[in-house]
Amino acid sequence: MRKHDVVIVGAGLAGLRAALELAGKVDVAVVSKVYPSRSHSGAAQGGVAAAMANESDDSPELHMYDTVKGSDYLGDQDAIEIMTHDAPITITEMEHLGCVFSRDAEGRIAQREFGGHSKPRACYAADRTGHAMLHTLYEQSFKYKKDITFYNEWYLLDLIYQDGSARGIVAMDMKTGDIEVIHAKAVLFGTGGYGRAYKITSNAFANTGDGIMAAYRAGLPLEDMEFVQFHPTGLYQQGILMSEAARGEGGYLLNGNMERFMERYAKSRMELAPRDIVSRAEQSEINEGRGAGPNKDYIYIDLRHLGREKILEKLPQIRQLAIDFLGVDCIDNPIPIQPTAHYSMGGIPASKDCEVYSDEKGTIVKGFYAAGECSCISVHGANRLGTNSLLDATVFGRRAGKSILNYLVGAKHEPVNEAEEKRKARKRIDDLLYTPSTESANNIRNELKEAMTTNVGVYRDKERLAAAHKKLKELQQRFTKVRVEDKGKVFNTEIIEALELANMLAYSELIIAGAEARTESRGAHARVDYPTRDDVNWMKHTMVSAGADGAIQLKYKPVVVTKHQPEERKY
Amino acid sequence: MAKTKFLVSRYDAARDTKPYLQEFRLEIPQGATLLDCINLIKWTQDGTLTYRMSCRSAICGSCSMKVNGHARLACKTQAADVVIDGAVTIEPMGNLPLIRDLAVDLEPFFDSIDRVKPYLVPDESRQWKREMLQSHDDYRKIEDASTCIMCASCWSDCNVLEVDPRFLGPAALAKAQRFVHDSRDSDTIGRIEFLSRVTGMWDCTHCAECATRCPTDAKPLFRIKELRTAAMTHKITNNNGARHVLAFRESVGGTVPGIGGGMLNENYIPVRSVGFFNLDGILSIIPVGVRMIIRGKNPPILPHIIDKFGEVRAMFRRFNDYRKEYRK
Repeated sequence: MRKHDVVIVGAGLAGLRAALELAGKVDVAVVSKVYPSRSHSGAAQGGVAAAMANESDDSPELHMYDTVKGSDYLGDQDAIEIMTHDAPITITEMEHLGCVFSRDAEGRIAQREFGGHSKPRACYAADRTGHAMLHTLYEQSFKYKKDITFYNEWYLLDLIYQDGSARGIVAMDMKTGDIEVIHAKAVLFGTGGYGRAYKITSNAFANTGDGIMAAYRAGLPLEDMEFVQFHPTGLYQQGILMSEAARGEGGYLLNGNMERFMERYAKSRMELAPRDIVSRAEQSEINEGRGAGPNKDYIYIDLRHLGREKILEKLPQIRQLAIDFLGVDCIDNPIPIQPTAHYSMGGIPASKDCEVYSDEKGTIVKGFYAAGECSCISVHGANRLGTNSLLDATVFGRRAGKSILNYLVGAKHEPVNEAEEKRKARKRIDDLLYTPSTESANNIRNELKEAMTTNVGVYRDKERLAAAHKKLKELQQRFTKVRVEDKGKVFNTEIIEALELANMLAYSELIIAGAEARTESRGAHARVDYPTRDDVNWMKHTMVSAGADGAIQLKYKPVVVTKHQPEERKY
Repeated sequence: MAKTKFLVSRYDAARDTKPYLQEFRLEIPQGATLLDCINLIKWTQDGTLTYRMSCRSAICGSCSMKVNGHARLACKTQAADVVIDGAVTIEPMGNLPLIRDLAVDLEPFFDSIDRVKPYLVPDESRQWKREMLQSHDDYRKIEDASTCIMCASCWSDCNVLEVDPRFLGPAALAKAQRFVHDSRDSDTIGRIEFLSRVTGMWDCTHCAECATRCPTDAKPLFRIKELRTAAMTHKITNNNGARHVLAFRESVGGTVPGIGGGMLNENYIPVRSVGFFNLDGILSIIPVGVRMIIRGKNPPILPHIIDKFGEVRAMFRRFNDYRKEYRK
């Protein structure tokens, strides 16, 4: 059995930032199913928000207000206040660590406009900000290589959680197929989002909610799972992200009649309204027959008026992506786009110090922490503003590190039954490998993704949600007979994909259950049959957990409101 | 549409003594990337096919593999573009130990990054309350290198690594350039001195495979050239590589035709490169010289005079004017 003071699962921005905080002070291990530089934080493009006030006057208070309003008042305001006030120092630290940022005329970090932010607040590195930040932290991990043990390409199987405390994890070394227990005094999850269950998604293949489902299987609740952000500009049919920076730099959205339709939906902010509003506007245009293309099923983002030079300097990556994937050069032609599943507002409920809650009453799990997209702290509420995710991951990764350091004073390794933990994990895998099987994982996965995009997408209603729920039950049933041909031990990606699919099937049902119950429209959760926000009944967080019989249980907890009372959201 | 032949390299240590090509047939869907096709093969024909992939948008660097003999990101490649006579050949990256099928052991690659001190060494004597300032021009000097996604395509196809596994390799050198030219870094000289050692920047042979295979703007060859320029600018020339370059300039740029001016004096260059007073170095090249003489490949003692000596001189004059301008 391997033993460390702290085990961090996930080597994206949150995990690596926490590791850096802990390196040299305690024995820290980082477990990741991909090499750290492959983490999905690197795919974030447009920027990271901080009221640096480089391009205009700005303040953390204003950033807080914009975030609260953007969250459709579901965000917890105490946590949002911390995030926006920690933002400038956190970004300054990243710069001091060597992060390559684009610069303004004075040599300061350049900042640009972004949706829902009332000031140019997005610090950026061209249109690959996440990549620049992720690689900066990865560079630092070489500096601290003696102090951080990396378990690269180890796949998380289970969280060891017993009698109110987290004690380690069970993981598979993909190179050997061996199942191992990593025993720790504290466990941090920075395992990312769960957008892979959708057919049209900007998420990597890796974003299969392994962390949140390990927590859920261990008996812990998940929060606000029904809130899945749809990004307004995914490449048509691919879902690949076309940064919001394209609109921040002045890009237009056009419908099939080449109209700037956002005028009808958000007159003052136009294309730079928050993502939930823009995605709904696009979907409405498509649904009402004003989409572009032969099937009238997409929208254009038009950058031609920005000019070649600006596109090459500020948006080089998205230009290349549109060329590679659709054969469209945005210097000469508008790019076909559509809303794409992008960000998971929901996740593992945690305090503003990243301590995980075991119930809706705020009971804290000893030694278990969550940060970044897998967590629900909840700084994004019902809708995240662009550039707040890199910020969330960095700020709370940093806070998690500090929080864990405090916790470790006097903490010890709680006992773990290694053989039993390994046996349980082994059984789950053997069941997949050796149960007589007829079902194709590929078919199940495709049907799941189709059902989620069609029925649990930008617009939802009772019938569609019920249809999706029924489909989910059927797919879960079929999955018990899923076929895994690869019985090998070395780098068995087929078994990993099957385990990931099991996670997707399980959490998709939690998304649907939360969405069915929430009879209002708020942020990214838009019910056609309940089109307005209902603050009287629904100003609360969903807490979903498995009951004694395994059935889904929904409970709720209040939103933390400090400075800003709910108002009608106008842009 | 006809089905395309996918010849995919397979290897499973538990079963195979060496890799072999297995043929799959697949109709390439409209607009499908190579990764889409490989996924279709895995998901509908053979679940045991093993490879890495994640973001499928050319930013995570997981899915590099050899396509028709050269490394590429499968997700960034339109499948139809790489079909030759109805077939496409897919093999694992080169210069790395094989794990299984298309998955290779990446540890040597990441170890190379580790060797170049791949993190900022700031000037501790200066305290910055806010961000360190950096001009847009200084940012542009490190921007290209910073786009590296560590896919290892350059490493896979590097011709030097094929013969000398100790070579730092293209990606690590590109990473090093990003710090050598970072206006915020305080270890410029120390870095250049390290990179000037054997296995460093001077071991590259300019074959340009790395820049050709690189899927981003990192293009290691050009970063290596920038490193060499930096070495010259900072006069870190006490090594064979730098001396070799100086010897070229002295020989071709020499002013007296006949004893080197206007062309390479191949008797002068090797000795100048190892250093005139480097006895060990000179002794070490004698066997090569002897072998050349035995095989009749030795250069003439007195080189002949080239026709257009004046033109070479004019080029050097312009080059020197340019250098003066550049130094300003």
